[in-house]
Amino acid sequence: MKGTKTFTTFQLTTLVLLRLMIGWQILYEGISKLLIPNWSSAVFLRGSQWVLSGFSNWIISHDGVLQVVDFMNTWGLIAIGAGLILGLFARLAAIAGAALIFVYFLNSPPLLGLEYSLPAEGNCLIFNKTLIEAVGLLILVALPTSSILGLDMFISRFKKSKTKKEE
Amino acid sequence: MEKEHKDMNENNSFKRRTILKALVGIPVLGYFAVETLRKWNFDKEKKSRVIKELGLDDIKAPKLLTGTSGKKGDLLRVGFIGFGNRAHQLSNSLGFMHPDKMKSKEEDGTLAEWLEQEDLNIAITGICDVYDLHAEMGLATAHNEVRPGGNSGQNLPAKRYLSYQDLLNDKDIDAVIIATPDHHHARLTSEAVKAGKHVYCEKSIARTEEELYEVYDTVRNSDRVFQLGHQITQNVVFQQAREIIKRDILGKITLIETTTNRNTASGAWIRHLDNDGNPKPGDETSIDWLQWLGSRPYKPFTTDRFYNWTKWFDYDMGMIGQLFTHEFDAVNQLLRIGIPTSAVSSGGIYYWKDNREIPDLLHCTFEYPDKEMTLTYSASLSSSRQRGRIINGHDASMELGGSLSVTADGDSTRYKEYLDKGLIDPSVPMISINPMSGGDIDAITSATEKYYASRGLTTTYINGRSVDVTHLHIKEWIDAIRNGSQTSANIERAFEEGVACVMANKSYLENRRVEWDPVNRRIV
Repeated sequence: MKGTKTFTTFQLTTLVLLRLMIGWQILYEGISKLLIPNWSSAVFLRGSQWVLSGFSNWIISHDGVLQVVDFMNTWGLIAIGAGLILGLFARLAAIAGAALIFVYFLNSPPLLGLEYSLPAEGNCLIFNKTLIEAVGLLILVALPTSSILGLDMFISRFKKSKTKKEE
Repeated sequence: MEKEHKDMNENNSFKRRTILKALVGIPVLGYFAVETLRKWNFDKEKKSRVIKELGLDDIKAPKLLTGTSGKKGDLLRVGFIGFGNRAHQLSNSLGFMHPDKMKSKEEDGTLAEWLEQEDLNIAITGICDVYDLHAEMGLATAHNEVRPGGNSGQNLPAKRYLSYQDLLNDKDIDAVIIATPDHHHARLTSEAVKAGKHVYCEKSIARTEEELYEVYDTVRNSDRVFQLGHQITQNVVFQQAREIIKRDILGKITLIETTTNRNTASGAWIRHLDNDGNPKPGDETSIDWLQWLGSRPYKPFTTDRFYNWTKWFDYDMGMIGQLFTHEFDAVNQLLRIGIPTSAVSSGGIYYWKDNREIPDLLHCTFEYPDKEMTLTYSASLSSSRQRGRIINGHDASMELGGSLSVTADGDSTRYKEYLDKGLIDPSVPMISINPMSGGDIDAITSATEKYYASRGLTTTYINGRSVDVTHLHIKEWIDAIRNGSQTSANIERAFEEGVACVMANKSYLENRRVEWDPVNRRIV
């Protein structure tokens, strides 16, 4: 199968566990935003520092843009989370997730000299759990499992049968 | 044949196994749904249980205020005495804006919000300022035809008056807004009321006892409507704070702490230089310096004195008059504490070593033995750490700012049972009300609420819409003029505040504890 590697059982188990857990975490982030009344990313964006702070302020100051960002953020997280758990378009979900989470990281990186008014989780310097999660997603891009354990199996089978017929 | 059958069986079971593998995410997703639902119900139940048991379930988000102002044919003609920085903000709240400011607001995208403000049906018809430049700014503001709520169509010409007496003598002015330096407030208010004008006066009401008694008697014995310029309590969370205190959620309150922390030159009233470090404009040819000094001892004109007058006791009471007044009003509107029995102040000039007289570090303690309560004010002009405004009760404490949060006391008697069961966590607020998120009570607090609790008080949120609190305060005054209702910062509240402030100032200047004699109504 193109793009699918052969894994030992242990490799496959840990990789699928990683996929399910990151998927769970991202899905719950998305669902929470849906459940909190009047949730808005404005608070997070207002605290933005470093390279993206200018862009974040631009988003906040434009109501329409902020609404789009809020909507895309909530439903983006839900789609990525569900995709990872179900193993449906999981590679695409992992790429999108890594990018999105990297943007979160860039808004509030634990760099020397940057202070935040919202309390951070744990004690971090330069790298934090957000960035680690983004790298975790990159691992899932590099070592995809959704064609072995996930709905992507049907897609790859369909593709395979199609190419066979064409041959 | 047998072999074929076996192969088919194997093939089928292989297929089944692969299909099951493909569906591995489905049970995980199902488990996720179950757990999310459980969490959602748990939070909801916990929240509603705490709110219900505390008797807070019927406190609702405030509705948009609907007043009677703005009726046609009810035009109110307003004159400004003093048109400096604060007057610009006040005129914005009235529905007028200088063309330059309008342009800059248009550029940063905040003009639309202002244009949504309610039209109060006002005309600014008189401007009096001792400084030509300020008076011209006032006239340009009054004549700007772009107004919130569409233009009401009544554009009366605004006139400049060289002396405040001329403005007060003009029968075509119904009400005045006094936004001068503080040493004019009491006398101007008295004279304006005597001239038949309704008065909105910026804090502080008076610098001395004599001024205070005079303005109190004059306003009290007239039928004119008076409002002191305190906008903080127009913030919608104050209504809910009042309700929470009324329901005794905090238990016995014995200590109220108010604070100010600032750490900039402008915050320490050094304002005579522009952004490039050059002196701001103004000299004796464009400023009527003697009228500016009024009854105060003669001092030669300097831009320092003209722009930074707060630094000297001749013109005001420093942090007590400029900042503590707001704090006192906030607490007095909430708890009706009234005049303290005694006041002690201490402090000094520890950081801003310029030619100032007023302290840059100050502590004031006010005792209310009959209410078994102490009010403190702690202020620093050389640290910007925010310490909030906190009402300490035996069962819970309330921090009150742009939003409100109530945190249970770990040693509370009343909440012991909840604390023991873990239903209330004393390390996080048990109630928080953030008008930005609709103003409903939220018993599960996030970092967001904590973040907003410390924010400033320039706007409030009603039904999710940002509203300027000064606009609400001025509207209350105008409604009272039109239909005879009461203003919140009326002369009684202003008097109580004035006494407390003069007591604190006297204590600092005379370096002793001062007391209030309630029989003779004098400070001793």
